[in-house]
Formats: sequence, structure tokens, C-alpha cells
Amino acid sequence: MSDFLKYTFRFILFILLQVYLLNKVPHLHRYIVPVIYYLPLLWLPFTVSRLGLLFIGFAVGICLDYYMMTPGLHAAACVLIMYVRPFLINILTPKENAEFTYKEPSPLAMQWTPFAVYVFVLTLLHHGYVLFLEWLSFGSFLDFIVKVIITTAISLLLTFTVELLFPRRLRFRTNTP
Amino acid sequence: MRNIFLFLRHYRTFITFLFLQVIALWFLFSYNKFHRARFLGMANEVTGKINTQYNKVEDFFHLQQENRRLHRENDSLLNMLPVNFVRHDTGVQSYQDTNPQDSTGFYRRYFLYPATVTYTTVSSQKNYIQINRGSNQGVKDGWGVINSDGSVVGTIVNVSPNFSQVMSLLHVQSRLDASLKKSGELGTIEWEGKNPNFLTMVRVPKAIQVAKGDSVITSGNNDITFPKGFLVGTVSEIGVDNAQGMYVLKIKPAANFFNLQQVHIINNVDRAEQMQLIKDTKLKVDAGNNK
Repeated sequence: MSDFLKYTFRFILFILLQVYLLNKVPHLHRYIVPVIYYLPLLWLPFTVSRLGLLFIGFAVGICLDYYMMTPGLHAAACVLIMYVRPFLINILTPKENAEFTYKEPSPLAMQWTPFAVYVFVLTLLHHGYVLFLEWLSFGSFLDFIVKVIITTAISLLLTFTVELLFPRRLRFRTNTP
Repeated sequence: MRNIFLFLRHYRTFITFLFLQVIALWFLFSYNKFHRARFLGMANEVTGKINTQYNKVEDFFHLQQENRRLHRENDSLLNMLPVNFVRHDTGVQSYQDTNPQDSTGFYRRYFLYPATVTYTTVSSQKNYIQINRGSNQGVKDGWGVINSDGSVVGTIVNVSPNFSQVMSLLHVQSRLDASLKKSGELGTIEWEGKNPNFLTMVRVPKAIQVAKGDSVITSGNNDITFPKGFLVGTVSEIGVDNAQGMYVLKIKPAANFFNLQQVHIINNVDRAEQMQLIKDTKLKVDAGNNK
């Protein structure tokens, strides 16, 4: 399966998962809405250009938005995390090994701690921005803070569950075709 | 000039970032104002088709409950059939003509159409319901939606050729004029965006008596979307806003938003005329004030 198909399939799978499963789970509490549709964005290969990242982020966000009747909300947040991603990777990965031997960010490529920091920062940014935009039109400040913390926590929990349950097959990049 | 190009080239990622942010935020804020998303009609068709497929599967899990409810409603409808009523024979011949104004002086103001829900959520602060009737079937913005029990669900806010979006009562911007069945007192139904099990009714004066379990119905005369008497919910907690001397009533909605499937759309034939009258009045009064 070509890479393009693989990544497109991942995006579609995660958006459907978000819309039909996570948005529909019975209400445990008004703060708890698990969000993981942006995970494939974090898994994009190191080689994608920074402009490419931005446009992919926008496309994924707007797809979800049209399902949830919030046009632009998630798109804005995805574009933001896609803008920050390259800087984070630069800071967090030792130059000599990761980017040149592994294809995409993962616990194996980056070590667990830097990968956890990477996921945590982007998750916090994403939820912070989405909930901030929601708070602008409605809600109180305390709600906003509590929501950011709880949504980030539950999303991180899900993310690491996914990482442990489905370790991605990591291919080494070599010179031989 | 060269420096400008160099600058653009150097910062092209950042500029693209800003550009995409501005587009996204423009979508978002223009939508909140008008409830009409850019390109939503097109996107709605696509998501609607996928939702329809998904819904076919989901329907199976609610079949039994839904059947029971339909049966109940059929029963109540059968009770309303004219054969159940006998007219005193006065010797006057009754006839039907093409004039909507019939000989008894009644005419039909509200038409109900059936529709099926294709997608619904309760987990957001702005919950919408998608139904499978659209402008091809004559649906327009502002029509009311009730469920198969006859309990109020929401109002249509956006229409594409084959699907429409309904703003559910569980939407922080939803406002519905309703009245208490017992006293006829008017109030406004809102949702605070927190608990999907309860709505809030405000602007009910403290002077009247309210008890737990009282029914709240659509008012009919104050609200032009719904006919009088459709159930909105029942009072479950009575609070008082002392500053304003008004009740703040916690209402348990009569419709079950968690498993909506079959709904009815309500069309008020006089709606256009009433809206026009309201608009004209406003213009007239404003013009009078400016003199």
C-alpha cells in the first residue's frame, strides 16, 4: 500500500472514529469529551514540508468541522499544531539518529519521554485553542480552564493506549530501493 | 522590491499559517452570526449521505423502543379519526370545495411532514440534528421539529437539497417561547450548555403558583413556529431569581434527545405573512421614532 493511501486511510478512519464513536459516547460528565482525531497528524512523516503540514492540517480540521457543524473551529486548531510541530521535533529529537533512521514520530523513534512531551504539548495546544475559541462565544473562565485540563488528560490517556495497543510498524529508511 | 520578495520567501510558512488561521476563524465567526456555514450546503450533502448509511445500522438497536412509541402514537391518532365523532343531524348538507376556508370557518394553518434523523449529538454545547428532508422536499428555515411523541425537539436553521440541520433545544443559542399549561403564563426555554438532561425556563413571574411536575407546552400565540399545546417538558426543580422576582425553573425535556429517530416537521402556512408583519411594524415604529 502506498504511503499516500495509508495516510489518507488513517485520516478517514480517525475522523469517522471521532464522529461516530467518541462524540456519541454517553455523557459521563459535561467536561469529558475524548478527542483523538488529530493523532494521524502527529504521525505524519518527518519528510513532509512545513507548507504541506499546514495544508494537511487545515484539510483534516475542516472535514471534521463539517460533521460537527463548527466550520473553522478544529481547522484553526489543527493549523496551529501543524505550525508548531517542526519546531518541537527539532528541539526534542537528537539530530543524528531519529530523523535519519526513522520515518515518522513514534515512541521508538524519539524515545518515550521526548515523544510524551511532544504529544502532550501539541494536545494541550489543540484543546487549549479549540476551547478558547468556544469560550469566546460562550461559557465562564473557570469552566474553560477545567475543561482544557480534563480534555487534555483524557485525550492523552487515549493516545498512549493507542500507541501501546497498535505499535506502528517502523520501517528504516535505507538507500536501497 | 527584491527585499519584499525575499521577505515573503523567507517567511512563507508563517504567512501561510496566518492565512489559513484567518480563513478558519472567518468561517467560524461568520457562521456563529448567521448559522449558515460557508459551503455547508455542499458538505451537508456528503456528510448526509454517509450519515444515512451509518444510521441504517444504528436504527436496528432502537427498533423495539421506536415501534412501541409509533404504536402508541398510531393509537392516539386513530382516536382522533372523525368516525369517532357523531354530528347532530341538522339537515344542512355539508360539502367540500377547493377553498381552504371550509364551511365551518376553520382552515388549516399547520402541516406536519414525517422525517428521519440521520445524525444527532448531545455531547456538545451546540447540538444539531440532521434530518433527511431538504429544500427539494420544500423544507425552509424556521420550521419547527417535534418527535413522534409530539414533544418539541428544535427548529430548522439550515437547509440543503436533501437534508436539513435542526438546532436542538440542547443548544446554547436556542430560545423558545413556551407557557405553563396550568396557568398559561409565558416564559422562555433556554439551555445552559451543561447538563443535557435539563432545560431552563426563565422569565416566569414569581406571582403565580408553580408546582413540581407541571407541564410546559408550546404557547401557540406567542411563538409562530409551533401550534399550541405540544409538550416541551415538565418542571423538575423550582428556583427563584430574587433580583428580578422571576422563577428559574429546571425543566426535564419531554423528548429523549439521546435516541431520536423519527420526527415530524411543522410548517406554518402563515409564517411568511406573520414575519413580514413583524418586520413592517418594526420599520413603521422606528420611522415614527425618528421623526
